Amino acid sequence: MTFDASGRLPEAFLTPGGSSFMDFLAGHAPDLLPGRRSLGQADFSDQVPHGTTIVAATFAGGVVMAGDRRATIGNVIASKDIEKVFPADEYSAVAFAGSAGFGIEMVRLFQVELEHYEKLEGATLSLDGKSNRLSALIRGNLAMAMQGLAVVPLFAGYDHDRKGGRIFSYDATGGRYEETHFHSVGSGSLFARGSLKKLYREDLSATDCATVAIQSLIDAADDDSATGGPDMLRRIFPVVGVVTADGYQRLPEEEVAGLVDAAWAQRHNRPDGPASASLT
Amino acid sequence: MSTPFYVSPEQLMRDRADFARKGIAKGRSAIALQYADGILFVAENRSPALHKVAEIYDRMAFAAVGRYNEFENLRIAGVRLADMRGYSYDRRDVTGRALANAYAQTLGAIFSSGGEKPLEVEILVAEIGATTADDQIYRLTYDGSIADVRGYAVMGGQAEQVAEYVGEHFQEGISLAGALRLAVDALGHDGNEVRELTPDQLEVAVLDRTRTQVRKFKRVSEETLARILSESRPAVEALADAEEADATATEEPAAEGAATDSSSAAGASADDDAPVAPPEDPDDTRPL
Repeated sequence: MTFDASGRLPEAFLTPGGSSFMDFLAGHAPDLLPGRRSLGQADFSDQVPHGTTIVAATFAGGVVMAGDRRATIGNVIASKDIEKVFPADEYSAVAFAGSAGFGIEMVRLFQVELEHYEKLEGATLSLDGKSNRLSALIRGNLAMAMQGLAVVPLFAGYDHDRKGGRIFSYDATGGRYEETHFHSVGSGSLFARGSLKKLYREDLSATDCATVAIQSLIDAADDDSATGGPDMLRRIFPVVGVVTADGYQRLPEEEVAGLVDAAWAQRHNRPDGPASASLT
Repeated sequence: MSTPFYVSPEQLMRDRADFARKGIAKGRSAIALQYADGILFVAENRSPALHKVAEIYDRMAFAAVGRYNEFENLRIAGVRLADMRGYSYDRRDVTGRALANAYAQTLGAIFSSGGEKPLEVEILVAEIGATTADDQIYRLTYDGSIADVRGYAVMGGQAEQVAEYVGEHFQEGISLAGALRLAVDALGHDGNEVRELTPDQLEVAVLDRTRTQVRKFKRVSEETLARILSESRPAVEALADAEEADATATEEPAAEGAATDSSSAAGASADDDAPVAPPEDPDDTRPL
């Protein structure tokens, strides 16, 4: 990266170009882009922290995204309070599972990418446009993914054209898939998805949708060693983000604590969580 | 081989300065004004798409007059610089001072290099702080000179006349509605005839430190603008009886009357909380 010593704006800054911050970095400061580093042939999957389980579910007026707070290096718990759910811009949220270092860097870059476009163009990207940019970002990380440093994000946002929340999932090669109703990613995702499948209904309120997401994370932590359940001693609870027509909002700590406490109390009676109301 | 005519360096610089100044004076003015909760930008601009005022970063905005293609290029460079710094370091490390310096060096280098035409632009870099005292407004001219301004700045068009009007009526800690009224009246006082500008001729934006979002820049829509302006009496009407707009003896009391009117209107509009920033109390907009 070059900040001209004379203080004058470098030529590249004044050269007409596109509205993508990633493209600008690629031309001017490629070393700042993730995925451009050469690592040799080693497999790093057991040497760096990995984020684990994230879930998302839509409700009538938007979408909820939640993530547990654990990062692991192999069998070691690397972090008890890592955050994996972030606002991407005012009307969307992004969360990641996989390599924590690259995940956080990717989220930061994605946030700047969206904001940069907005400022240069004076308009926001469509939700599909945003989700495609994220695809491009992941694809750039393909070489790393092959060495055990994959980042698998989940993207969700409020679509003003369709008047509702939408969820997009990705694979390590940048493939983008739109999900209906709910989805989860990460090591505990299979258990979380099973839980979501049984608890989710289309007519959930925002609060109930957040409860369903929290229940699914507790179920994932129940069966997956890499997913952290609510830490009742330290009061560390999942990060829950809600996106509606009014924008992104992270649920306040007390509110999440309330939902977790209720779910936890209920599990004292039935440790497996809420039972289905009927079998037919 | 012919000998080129000798032109003294002084003459050369004067010619280049005259060239730039003439270009800038052809356009319409833009004003930046410190009010109680931030900095207000008002520019006379008939185009809804080609902006003279724009967001640079969280607490920073850019305003410019002169040639659109030239200042638009500077704006984009500023956004790139800010985003790049924010991405490489941290959001808090992006400062108005650094950006203003970069602009000054760039404008200065272009002005004094023989090969390039001087840019016909004048720009403002404004940054809000935690309080009015921490606000920064940098004014940069075509030759790269930079000034740290307090209170208000006017550039472009008949800047001196407009600035004089603002100077007469500006007071520190002015309300947003009062500042808006003052700026719009000032833009109308740019000639011998006083004009009353309508919302569709204006581009208005604020850096509002009371916004709960990280990004404090906000454009004021034409409807909001029309409402705020209709609540305060234009100085033009107050002056209607005076034979000449520039009449000195009668103007003082009449204009002052208008100024007090607008500040009381500001108090009223602050109550129904309709003005610029819609209620952004997180408790109000909570989806749950």
